[in-house]
This record gives sequence, C-alpha cells and structure tokens, in this order.
Amino acid sequence: MALDQDQIRDIAALSRLQIDEAQISDYQKNLSNILDLVDQLAAVDTSDVEPMAHPLDAVQRLRADVVTETNEREHFQKVAPQVAEGHYIVPKVVE
Amino acid sequence: MHNKTIAEISRELAAGEYSSVEITQDLLGRIKDKDGNYNSFITVTEEQALTQAKAADERRAAGNAEAWTGVPMAHKDIFCTEGVLTTCASKMLSNFEAPYDSTVADNFNKAGAVCLGKTNMDEFAMGSSNESSYYGAVKNPWDTDRVPGGSSGGSAAAVAARLVPGATATDTGGSIRQPAALCGITGLKPTYGRVSRYGMIAFASSLDQAGTMTRTAEDSAMMMNVMASYDNKDSTCVDHEIPDYTATLNNSLEGMTVGLPTEYFRDDLSPEMQQQVMNAIKEYENQGVKVKEISLPNTHLAVPAYYIVAPAECSANLSRMDGVRFGYRCEDPKDINDLYVRSRGEGFGDEVKRRIMVGTYALSAGFYDAYYKKAQQVRRLIKNDFVEAFKDVDMIMSPVTPTPAFKAGEKGDDPVAMYLEDIFTIALNLAGLPGMSIPCGQVGVEGGKDLPVGLQLIGNYFDEARLLNAGHKFQQATDWHLKTPAGI
Repeated sequence: MALDQDQIRDIAALSRLQIDEAQISDYQKNLSNILDLVDQLAAVDTSDVEPMAHPLDAVQRLRADVVTETNEREHFQKVAPQVAEGHYIVPKVVE
Repeated sequence: MHNKTIAEISRELAAGEYSSVEITQDLLGRIKDKDGNYNSFITVTEEQALTQAKAADERRAAGNAEAWTGVPMAHKDIFCTEGVLTTCASKMLSNFEAPYDSTVADNFNKAGAVCLGKTNMDEFAMGSSNESSYYGAVKNPWDTDRVPGGSSGGSAAAVAARLVPGATATDTGGSIRQPAALCGITGLKPTYGRVSRYGMIAFASSLDQAGTMTRTAEDSAMMMNVMASYDNKDSTCVDHEIPDYTATLNNSLEGMTVGLPTEYFRDDLSPEMQQQVMNAIKEYENQGVKVKEISLPNTHLAVPAYYIVAPAECSANLSRMDGVRFGYRCEDPKDINDLYVRSRGEGFGDEVKRRIMVGTYALSAGFYDAYYKKAQQVRRLIKNDFVEAFKDVDMIMSPVTPTPAFKAGEKGDDPVAMYLEDIFTIALNLAGLPGMSIPCGQVGVEGGKDLPVGLQLIGNYFDEARLLNAGHKFQQATDWHLKTPAGI
C-alpha cells in the first residue's frame, strides 16, 4: 500500500517524531514497502481464529493488594533531564 | 587464557589454577587491545569487574564458591545494570545510568559472576546487522568487512573474538540465533516467559526473550542455570519447573525424532548452506536420530505478521522515551510538543523511527482490525502449525539464515531486504518456542574466506534442556564450535 507524503507527516506527528522534510520521501518509500510486505496478511482467511496475545495463552496474574514498593523518588530522579523540588520540569503547558 | 570456555574457567578457578582477578585482568587487557577491530563493547566496566573479581576470590577463599563464582561474562546493553550506563545503543539513552538492576543482571551478580561490560547491539534491538547502533557498527571477527548479524551482534562478536567466554543477549525475531550463526557460536533463545524481562528494555513485549551467547552448548546450559527464574516483577514470566540444564547434556539421542520443515529448505536457501545443514543432520542420524519431513504451511506469513506485531508493540513501548523523566532531551524546547518531537526525532535513529511509525499507523483508529488483530490471528495459525508438528516429532531442525554473513552496507537502503534475513527465525518468536543455533559447517566466499553456518534446533515449549542436550551431543562428535576466526 502506497502512502502519500501528507500521510507520512500525519503519522510522524501522531508518533511525536520530528522528521526532516528532506527525508520525507525516503520514509514514504520505505514505509510503503513495509506495508506492501504486511499486506500479504489480508489474503488469509482468519474468520474463525482467536487472536493470540501470549504464546502460552497466559492471563494477567493478580497479587495481594499490599504495599511492596518504597518511595525512591530522589533516586529515580537523578537520571531526569530537569527536576526541581521533586517535580519533573517541562516547558509551560497551561498559560 | 582467552580461549577457555565458561565450564573450563569454572573448573580451573575451583582447582586454584588461577584467580578470578587474574583471568578478569587478562580479558580486560584483551578487550583493550583487540576490540578496536570489532567494536563489540559499548562500555567496559573495568573497575566494577575487578571489584567483583576480588569479592569472588574472597568468597572462594572462605569456602563459599559456586559454579559461577569469579567467572567473567558480559551483558547486552539492553539489560539495566545499576549505576552503569545502559544505552540500548541509542542516542536516546546515551546518558542513562540505570537506577536499578534487571533480574538477569541481579541473578548473575548473586551467582558471583564478573561482568566485564555492556555489549553493542542494534539500536533498541531493531536490526539484523548491528549497523543501526548509535555507537557504530560491529564487525564480524571472521571477516571485518562483514556484519556480525543482529541485534545481539556485540555479544556474538565478543564471544567469537574470545574477548569474553559468554554474554547475555535478547531475541525478538532472531536476534540471538542469527548473529550466533553468522559468528560461528552457540546461541539459545528460551521459551517466551522462561527468563524474566524485568529491567530488559522492552522492544516488543509479547516476543522479547533473553538468552545466551556462548561457544558451547555446555556453557549455554551453565548460563541458563543462572538466567532462568520465575519473577513476580515480570507478569509474563511463566511459573514452570526449572531443571538443572547441565544434568542432561550427555543423554543419548537414540530414538529421538526430528522434523525437517519443507518450507525451510526452499529457494531462499543457498545450495552450499543447504549442504552444510544436511551434513549436520546426517551426524544426528549417525547418533540414532530418526528424521522425517514435516510441513509448517503458514511459514510464509511469519515475516509479514511479525512486521505488524513488533512495530505495534515497539511504538507503545518506546512512547516512554519522551525526554521528561530520563534519557535525551533536546536543547531549548519551545513548548511541550516541541520537547517531545525534537527529543524523539533527534534521539532515535532511522530504523527505530520507521518502526514506531509503522506501529503507530497499524494501531491508529480504523486500521486496528485490519493490521494488529489480523496479525494476532495469523500468529495463532503459525503457532498451531508447530503444535501439530510436535505431535509427531521431538524436535525440528532447519537452517538459521539463508546465507552466511553479508557485507556491511549491503542491505542498508532496503529495510524489507533486511527483514527477510530473519525468515527462518521469526516464526519461533511468534509461537513463543525455544530455539538454538549451533555452528554446523562453513562455506567459502569470495576472497577465499570460510564463513560459519548455523543449524537451528527448535524445541517444544520449555524443552531447553533437550535442545542443549542435542547441541552438546553434536559438539562432542564434531569440531565446528572449536573453529576460530583467523588471527584470534
């Protein structure tokens, strides 16, 4: 399936990825080729087939509702790009 | 000293022939001298390694040594190691010192192993040639003009170049077996859920599994004895009995039935490769194994199904890399969206971006049923093929790759050509089955070089011990696993 350049820009925006304008046609070509590859699936009759999410069909395990983690905020925030007073800092979101 | 296997080092440390500090220093020196040729390590943890080695020697002196005490190894740079750079070979994590240990790293620490460093890989484990690393391509020790395979190319090259006797690796679509085959070593991908994924940076959560890169099946069994564990911190980890993988290595193979899938011996496979694989199967027949032809009719759908499932899951997993809590952040973001799109646009390489975009598209409104749900349905068809086959056979054997190691840059412009490199390995990940690659021959290429060929052993669920047994028996009777690249 061929994607056009506007679709590439839309997908990049949805993916929160900045793509150089000069690279759009490369992405267009490569993504279209990948979609051609996966389009082979459309020809397969899967009408009675249950989708498979886990190879052993395992289900989500539950655990007792007790506290198991301790608060290690300072430890984890050491690797953050910018923090102040225990908060992660980003550009202003609300005017 | 560098030519020793894990089993040999373990025995010789126990016999007091040398100390852990001595062999650790020897291998660290070797990495310093030689790794410029291969680029197989991203980080060498010299100081920590020597601290661990000293502690191991003290533990031995106190009479508390176990099989792994003081034995050197390395981790693929996808496993979080506390306080040590953990990059996943991406600019995005080029400043990330993990604040905690993965369960795999923790298991090796507790066993007393000595970690020499973190090995190179394709960025976020996406690739089959180890050319997508932010830290530069890895070179194949058999021919440095050629790729080592990927994504665990650094682990494979480091073991093949005798820089380390064993390394951890991960396999989402062939990332252990394919580089093991291309580098002439032994690689095991266990059953999905056998080894904890906690602290192993996620690519495609329903496919990712950690495993081993070693020279021999015996060493792989020793690594599995440490790696396999049930872990509450990984909700997909399966609570299944864990055997001593070394206990059954020498069992006879007499009477075992092996299936050869017709679909794996077709046009994609070069005649020279086919010959080497068939020679190996002949050796198994000499050991009393019965061989029969089988069919896995949905094989041709594995690559297309994978390239929906894996990108879809990667687009979700990699959304955590947003420049806010850890990792790379762009300079002077003008607003929150700019922070996201530029941090991610600058932090990820091209192949990662392509897969995130394919996955985002496949999961977007209106396309979910046509792509992701369809791929999950096809996935069940692929699994059912194997379930049927294992009613008649104990193990399946096939080639690992269609060709030996290809030249660097050869498939650079065409992602689909690169994806087809994994044509024989991908179905196992979709089905969740264990698989192993062992060196089984060599083929000559232009320039007079001989390159290794791998044989893939495919087991039923949780049959790792039997795969290791079959690998070990082959290695007792042949010497392909002892072949060493020139100059090493």
